[in-house]
Amino acid sequence: MDVAAAAKLKPDGRATRTADVAIEIGGLFLRFDTADGPVQALSDVSLKVARGEFVSFIGPSGCGKTTLLRAVADLESPTSGTIRVNGLSPDEARARRAYGYVFQAPALYPWRSVARNIALPLEVMGFSRAEREARVAKGLELVNLSGFGAKYPWQLSGGMQQRASIARALSFDPDLLLMDEPFGALDEIVRDMLNQQLLRLWDVTGKTVLFVTHSIPEAVFLSTHIVVMSPRPGRIYDIIECNFPRDRTLDIRETPEFLAIANRVRQGLREGHSYDG
Amino acid sequence: MKSALPLATVVLAILAVWYLAAALMNAPLQRDLFSNAGRTDYSTQDLVGASLNMERPKLPAPHQVAGELYKLIFATSPTSKRSLVYHGLITLEETLIGFIIGSALGIGLAVLIVSMRWLDRSMMPWIVASQTVPIIALAPMIVVILNQFNVTGIAPKAVIAAYLCFFPVTVGMVKGFRSPDPLQLDLMRTYSATRAQTFLKLRAPASAPFFFASMKIGAAAALVGAVVAEVTKSEDGGLGARLLAGSYYGQTVQIWAALFAAAALSAALVGLIGVAGRIAQKRMAFVP
Repeated sequence: MDVAAAAKLKPDGRATRTADVAIEIGGLFLRFDTADGPVQALSDVSLKVARGEFVSFIGPSGCGKTTLLRAVADLESPTSGTIRVNGLSPDEARARRAYGYVFQAPALYPWRSVARNIALPLEVMGFSRAEREARVAKGLELVNLSGFGAKYPWQLSGGMQQRASIARALSFDPDLLLMDEPFGALDEIVRDMLNQQLLRLWDVTGKTVLFVTHSIPEAVFLSTHIVVMSPRPGRIYDIIECNFPRDRTLDIRETPEFLAIANRVRQGLREGHSYDG
Repeated sequence: MKSALPLATVVLAILAVWYLAAALMNAPLQRDLFSNAGRTDYSTQDLVGASLNMERPKLPAPHQVAGELYKLIFATSPTSKRSLVYHGLITLEETLIGFIIGSALGIGLAVLIVSMRWLDRSMMPWIVASQTVPIIALAPMIVVILNQFNVTGIAPKAVIAAYLCFFPVTVGMVKGFRSPDPLQLDLMRTYSATRAQTFLKLRAPASAPFFFASMKIGAAAALVGAVVAEVTKSEDGGLGARLLAGSYYGQTVQIWAALFAAAALSAALVGLIGVAGRIAQKRMAFVP
């Protein structure tokens, strides 16, 4: 997307100082060389995300939203273009523990208890035992899993497992929370509950969140900005601002403002020829 | 208890087939024996009965093997050179030493192959090639070569056991170390974990189920190696030496008894590893 669209992300139209920019992506291209020939996963993607924003990426399969998230986290290498995270390259940002990543599947290690799963990044990063215990206790409380620390992943429901994985991602206090369809595999009721909890978590921690989703209501409910993407090649089609109060509840989904934004997202998806394939 | 009936049925079926085969295979031989002794007035029942109780049958009957096993295990002093306990312990010692060397080598190779991608392509063909050479052809050469360096006695046999043991362990553990799914590996990457950390905290624990499966196959292979080595170099005894001696003197009952002793030893080792594996995996909470 061009600079004009990116400018929409600046709060209140004021010029954003560098210090307030969490992520800056410029002219990003990413091509996968597959057995069937090259696939253009991302094409000329530019985006600025201010610190403390909650940005959702929505679009059909193949629009590159997951690839974009993975490129930000240094899990994929762009073909060309730049990504700056807190003014650093993704590689440097990763080394400075900037990323808390939550995948579509909880990806908990089955041989570790919930507490030891949450402690995993802390062990890797060399936190002391006392510090680890304190942070695990705090993390369990943050995601309402206090008392479940000694349980093993198979003893937990899917929603609880995903909450544990969020606690794990936040345990080392990363700047960014990157979430790749974290609630995609869960049912509607659990998803609503977790969305509310995530919103509260975002409010409490003040993290910058990048959130990939398939669900329009989820994106509108959670985000400060919604990035609508379209496929083949993956690109940004529209960026929509969403200014609901931070302490919103699920009720806002009935309001005309909410429905208007949801409509614009839906229209964007349609115009991006998202569902032609 | 539910599995007892099918198990008993299978055992009975095997015994029935075995008895039938023994009677059919031994009868012509027994008929010759009767005619040599000038006997012509025997009934079919006599013939079958005698066929199943020959001293040197082509195929000994199950009760003959059982009797021989009882005699050589319980009714013979364990220090006697006829005792299967005596020979079994020799084989067990070689197997265990070979198994320990072989599985250590196998795990070591797997660690190297997983840590260094280029080793996978450069080393795997050699590892596979090492197993395509028939061990029975290789065993005498290993004994002779090691003898050059004054390595004699139990050591060359343990080496041959290790030679057969390491391969399944390497293959199994490479698969085990590579068993974590991509998300679990990506997770380590987002933490900027070192290769060693990824190995110790993810690949190694994830390989536990493969570890015990590999150990089972490795132990059975080590026993085969030890027995083959004993056939090659029989003067020190062992179950393989009993197999060779039996075939030398046409003592088929002895051969079958030694064979069953070896099978029982193998089954016991594999069973033991299975129990250890279940306990370990329960403690690691892999299984409820």
